[in-house]
Amino acid sequence: MAETAYGGARPYGRIREGLRAYRLITAMWIRSTMAYRASFAMTTLGNFAATALDFVVILLMFSRIDALGGYQLPEVAFLYGLSATAFGLADLALGSMDRLGRRLRDGTLDTLLVRPAPVLAQVAADRFAVRRLGRLVQGVCVLGYALSALDIAWTPLKVAMIPLMLLSGGAIFCSVFVVGAAFQFVAQDASEVQNSFTYGGQTLLQYPPSIFAKELVRGVTFVLPLAFVNWLPALYVLGRPYPLDLPAWVAFTPPLVAAGCCALAGLAWRAGLRSYRSTGS
Amino acid sequence: MGTGRLYAAVAAGGFRRYATYRTATAAGVFTNTVFGVILAYTYLALWQERPHLGGYDEAQALTYVWIGQALLVAVSVMGGGFEDELMERIRTGDIAIDLYRPADLQLWWLAGDLGRALFQLLARGVAPMVAGVLLFPLALPTRPLTWLAFLAAVTLAVVVSFAIRFLVALSAFWLLDGTGVAQISWITATFCSGMLLPLNVFPGALGEIVRALPWASLIQAPADILLGAADPLPVFARQLAWAAALLAAGRMLQSVATRRVVVQGG
Repeated sequence: MAETAYGGARPYGRIREGLRAYRLITAMWIRSTMAYRASFAMTTLGNFAATALDFVVILLMFSRIDALGGYQLPEVAFLYGLSATAFGLADLALGSMDRLGRRLRDGTLDTLLVRPAPVLAQVAADRFAVRRLGRLVQGVCVLGYALSALDIAWTPLKVAMIPLMLLSGGAIFCSVFVVGAAFQFVAQDASEVQNSFTYGGQTLLQYPPSIFAKELVRGVTFVLPLAFVNWLPALYVLGRPYPLDLPAWVAFTPPLVAAGCCALAGLAWRAGLRSYRSTGS
Repeated sequence: MGTGRLYAAVAAGGFRRYATYRTATAAGVFTNTVFGVILAYTYLALWQERPHLGGYDEAQALTYVWIGQALLVAVSVMGGGFEDELMERIRTGDIAIDLYRPADLQLWWLAGDLGRALFQLLARGVAPMVAGVLLFPLALPTRPLTWLAFLAAVTLAVVVSFAIRFLVALSAFWLLDGTGVAQISWITATFCSGMLLPLNVFPGALGEIVRALPWASLIQAPADILLGAADPLPVFARQLAWAAALLAAGRMLQSVATRRVVVQGG
């Protein structure tokens, strides 16, 4: 194949090209969103409010209890803030990808295929929604509250864990979005399945792992590695034991897991795109 | 065609329309089940910490989770019913055609929404509930009469939900783009219906307020009947009162709104 014949320079070129296309398309969508400022303000606020209610529910729970699964409110808020912020980053970057199913159904993916830019970048930037900042901001607020309320003996390593978790966590969620999109090539109407792993995953990670059944925790540790978004590294920061018997260094592996997930997601996307047959009508 | 048969046909159309998307329905069932499992564990932790919270025991709390997942789509807590389409028709002006049809606007859409709800209850209600029964020890009643009362409460819940969404959709006569109102509406409904947390767990005055609001009719009311936590008759009375008041409000708003419609000749 031509790609391999040109050696290692090719993939980097493609990534740069993809990022450039992504930047240009998102900039266009941001400009078009800003044409309706009032609508933008309202939907962003709505996005913020909708996610904030999740946390209000946790606050309501804690109005009746002192600890959930042995975790105090600031600790749950820490898990919540990390999960919501990491997911918020991924949702802002790739949240529009669940529209792919619609493009497959009506055949408009064809127009993306003939453009001289990577399809993944185009699909990811399609109808880029700035209003998703509302979700991200909400996550950051809760994380800020948790960091100020937590009583932790901070070490440089523990401080470094915070950005590391947010970035790797964001990348892990991004790969879930991409795999979800790839799955839509197979089952076009099933875009809701990916909500189970994106929104569902984020909801799961908001709560301490101690309240869930061991099999469920094993599932999100070894099969769908969502536990690396926040549970494993955050429990190291909090100085709490993980429900599964894992060596201590596992807490520092999120970047590796994220890289692995992204690679697998890339393969899944390629396989999905290759199987695409247009609507034929 | 008799009036009754007309609306029955519209309702059947609503049922068949949603029944077409089988993969999407299966995907939805899967998602409801996943969320049910996650919520069930959080409720378990909550009730282990505070047994008999809100008057429910642990099995009842778990059952509540699965009732919520089973009803979520049927009673359209988070929207996704007819209202987007009606708003679009108002925005584009197609509503003018609907208004000179020999059928009542509100009843037409209500019939369609009831058909949709019946399908969603059968397809997206029963399957997650079965998953819940298999995975967790639930407290489901054995008396057929309780199930009948539950179904009656669900029907009333759909009507109340419809009446609220009809008002939301009519706002498009003034705003043209009803997205913002629709969003506020589903956020309020999610929080105040008891979808996220049973309303009898809400503390103090906040609890009093949310239990008095119309959204309590959507999830909390049918759930309390199935769990045997409330006497059916007062629950029905409250649901009926809200349904009547909101449907009447919808009619009034409709008559004000239709006076604004100007059909361009051509």
